[in-house]
Amino acid sequence: MPALDSASNGTPRIGVYVCHCGINIAHTVDVPACAEFARALPHVTVAREYKFMCSDPGQELIQQDLRDGLVNRVVVASCSPLMHEHTFRTATKVGGGNPFMFQMANIREHVSWVTVDKGMATDKAKSLIAAAVARISFHEPLERTRVPVHPDVMVVGGGIAGIHAALTMADAGKKVYLVEREPTIGGHMAKFDKTFPTLDCSACILTPKMSAVRSHPNITLWSYSEVSHVEGYVGNFKATVKRKPRYVKEDQCVGCLDCIESCVYKVAKVPDEFNVGLSMRKPVYVPFPQATPLVAVIDPETCIEFKSHHCKKTCVEACEKDAIDFNQVEEIHEVPVGAIVLATGFKTFDAKRISRYGYGKYPNVYTSLEVERMVNAAGPTGGEVHLADGAKPRAVGIIHCVGSRDVATNRYCSKVCCMYSLKLAHLLKERTGAEVYNFYIDMRTPGKGYEEFYDRLLQEQVHFIRGRVAEVSDWAMDDEEEGRLILRVEDTLIGRVRRIPVDMVVLSVGLEAQPDADDVRRLFNISCSKEGWFLERHPKLAPVSTFTVGIFLAGACQGPKDIPESVAQAGAAAAEALALVDRGHVELEPNTAYSVEELCSGCHVCIALCPYSAIAFDKTKNASVVNGALCKGCGTCVAACPSGALQQNLFRDEQIFEEIKGVLSYV
Amino acid sequence: MNYPYYPGCSLKSTGKPYDESMRAVFTALGHSLEEIDDWNCCGATAYMSISEEKAFALSARNFALAEKHNGKGDVNLVVPCAACYLGLNKAQRYLREHDDLRQTVSKALAEAGLTYRGNVKVRHPLEVLINDVGMDAIKARVTRPLKGLKVASYYGCQLVRPYADFDDQHDPTSMDRIVTALGGTPVDWPLKTRCCGGSLTGTVPDVGYRLSYVLLREAQRRGCDVIITACPLCQFNLECYQPTMSRANHTTVHMPVVYFTQLMGVAFGLKERALGLQRLFVPFEFTPAAPESKGAVHASA
Repeated sequence: MPALDSASNGTPRIGVYVCHCGINIAHTVDVPACAEFARALPHVTVAREYKFMCSDPGQELIQQDLRDGLVNRVVVASCSPLMHEHTFRTATKVGGGNPFMFQMANIREHVSWVTVDKGMATDKAKSLIAAAVARISFHEPLERTRVPVHPDVMVVGGGIAGIHAALTMADAGKKVYLVEREPTIGGHMAKFDKTFPTLDCSACILTPKMSAVRSHPNITLWSYSEVSHVEGYVGNFKATVKRKPRYVKEDQCVGCLDCIESCVYKVAKVPDEFNVGLSMRKPVYVPFPQATPLVAVIDPETCIEFKSHHCKKTCVEACEKDAIDFNQVEEIHEVPVGAIVLATGFKTFDAKRISRYGYGKYPNVYTSLEVERMVNAAGPTGGEVHLADGAKPRAVGIIHCVGSRDVATNRYCSKVCCMYSLKLAHLLKERTGAEVYNFYIDMRTPGKGYEEFYDRLLQEQVHFIRGRVAEVSDWAMDDEEEGRLILRVEDTLIGRVRRIPVDMVVLSVGLEAQPDADDVRRLFNISCSKEGWFLERHPKLAPVSTFTVGIFLAGACQGPKDIPESVAQAGAAAAEALALVDRGHVELEPNTAYSVEELCSGCHVCIALCPYSAIAFDKTKNASVVNGALCKGCGTCVAACPSGALQQNLFRDEQIFEEIKGVLSYV
Repeated sequence: MNYPYYPGCSLKSTGKPYDESMRAVFTALGHSLEEIDDWNCCGATAYMSISEEKAFALSARNFALAEKHNGKGDVNLVVPCAACYLGLNKAQRYLREHDDLRQTVSKALAEAGLTYRGNVKVRHPLEVLINDVGMDAIKARVTRPLKGLKVASYYGCQLVRPYADFDDQHDPTSMDRIVTALGGTPVDWPLKTRCCGGSLTGTVPDVGYRLSYVLLREAQRRGCDVIITACPLCQFNLECYQPTMSRANHTTVHMPVVYFTQLMGVAFGLKERALGLQRLFVPFEFTPAAPESKGAVHASA
């Protein structure tokens, strides 16, 4: 391309190609008039119109003109660059030009689709074409840079999504670091008794995968650990992982539980996190029998040795493996990885926020997660469902959409609650024989076998009352209601307000983003939706990618999801991460900022502003320097630099000023 | 502090004891209420359903008068009636958010030689007592702690919904906190904001009485000695029809229903007549507990 490379200094020969886009553009824009207008602009040597510029013959027009030496710069007036910039840059390259000697004028989304009057639309299209033509004379050839990709990967979060992503990548031969904050992997799924709609045992299908993680030669499992720092860029991240001390040596402990048995606390007194507070644990504990790794952990907040240093340390005596180590300290690991899959999950809605449902006030009002533990054979009650006073409930009310579809809390549908409410309704009826009432707004059961499960529940004589419950209270109107919980609800199918007395209320709480989602977002340099869910790059076409290349999403951290969906998404995230890592290199776009070092005054403004930490101050040069691999081309530093030392490829001042002049020249 | 005061029509008639006790309590706490001159209906009555514009113009006239009364700066207009408080707050919100309405209303005010600059803040005395006066000052003023008195705080539907932001909309606690400061025992009951029947006691009495009855019955069931309210209509509905309800439900409904300011006055040791207690149909009297005896005594005048 020697002729073209020197073209930035030589005479520009600009080709303008105006697209009809079928009738999308031609319906409101006079395309031939635009082409004729373009032909008369300075340095334009060729101006053509075509029905579909993105089609092969359309692209061939550009390539032929390049090959014939008629043009050395290309302007296409068509749709949004988000749609076809890549297409036409490639066409320019195939024709022998530099892909960045190309500019797009958006006369569809910005003109024909939003303008009614044909005259006005044509005028605006001409302005935009004039702008593109004016700017492209100041383009210069740019090159994408190629950087190698580190083959190792990291998965953050060890719920079902993280587990599946880690196993998939490890099976593909990649070395995987799986980082989990809790003492065990398993996440929410480990707490469930059964899964909908098949009612297969949650633990039975999850624990084999947990053990597979533990024994996989390619997986390094860091439980009770958190990622504390991430730097670098796609293919070359450096992640710092903090391993919290569990005061039990992971490589020595065999999970015999003798330490727990012998703890000086004869009775467990600490609310058990895994059983969501429904039972008690000791200061030394294993979250649940199938915990992975099956290694005890000592909670320094409640352990007497940490509080008084005068414990008899019966646990140490009991441990035959000498695994207990009160002097353990936090470990820091720094590992290079090429890609990161985030699978940090969700939290359930805090039912106390809706005071009228009486959670925390009436002892027999439970959240769905508490009931999950209660119906679980391995749970705090051994699968028995009973009320605070030990009696079996005669009637149970399940309130759907608690913290979902509600302007006062969360507007969105949490997606999984209808189905898990059905599952709990089935289990509660099975275990207690109680009358079960579901209070719903709409039943949402799309999914394989889901509607059939709903149908099954109807057959099982579970009651369904359509209406949002107004309140749960204990004020009785008659003897039947005395001493029970009364749900007041407008039954919208019969058009009446009803009072339904029950003994137990289950609040089907919605899903929310993790409370520290915003910190995690910052850590990995990705975006959140306004509800706090991690934002995918494109809701349809890039659902597991993020705006930071090399960081992928899996599971409910991206939005409410059930188990099948989480697993599917985890597989997709793993596949995308593998595609990136296996390619062995990445190409970085050249629209990055660069520093004209002699102009830099050393004020450091840019360094603080850069959202990607891409700018560093080079003391030897006494100037800010941009790391092109980290720079995402947002332009913040360029706009902020008081001395004009920061410039950005494709957005240099003269390019932008010429573009503005171009727009105004037609007006 | 001297607060501009908008009593509203109820406090000049059926709700007179609310007005009397309100002034007495503010005075006892070293503050005063100054009634604004020539005020008119808040707009909360039938106006709102006939013509919103006229209702808002009525509200705005009161705001204009309050500004005139105050001279300059922000006006903290104290509005005790729950219906006025809701109506005036609604007017504030609508005038702030709808330019066309503000212009229409300004025009109407101009014809009466008035202007409203938008400096009025509509405040409920309950909120003023808690935020401006403070719980410590209230506690310090108590001379007859209401030891052993079981009090159900009834907020009604209009006080905390939907515009007020000083308390929880479903489980308000401000009156309960005052009860505690007075030495009494707030009774936990779930009907704090349930409808008293409103004007249905006058229009569809069967339904209205039933709504009131539910409240009284539950208060009785929970062993309350007295219900306190912050709304003249709630007080009226709950207190005045107790014999009717007793007959209709073949039971005895007997429950004193007083304004929260009356209860405060009692704890402050103010005179019965200063608090309008003599006007009650169901008398309320608090006798401090003799040691080891029951706390509350209902006079059966």
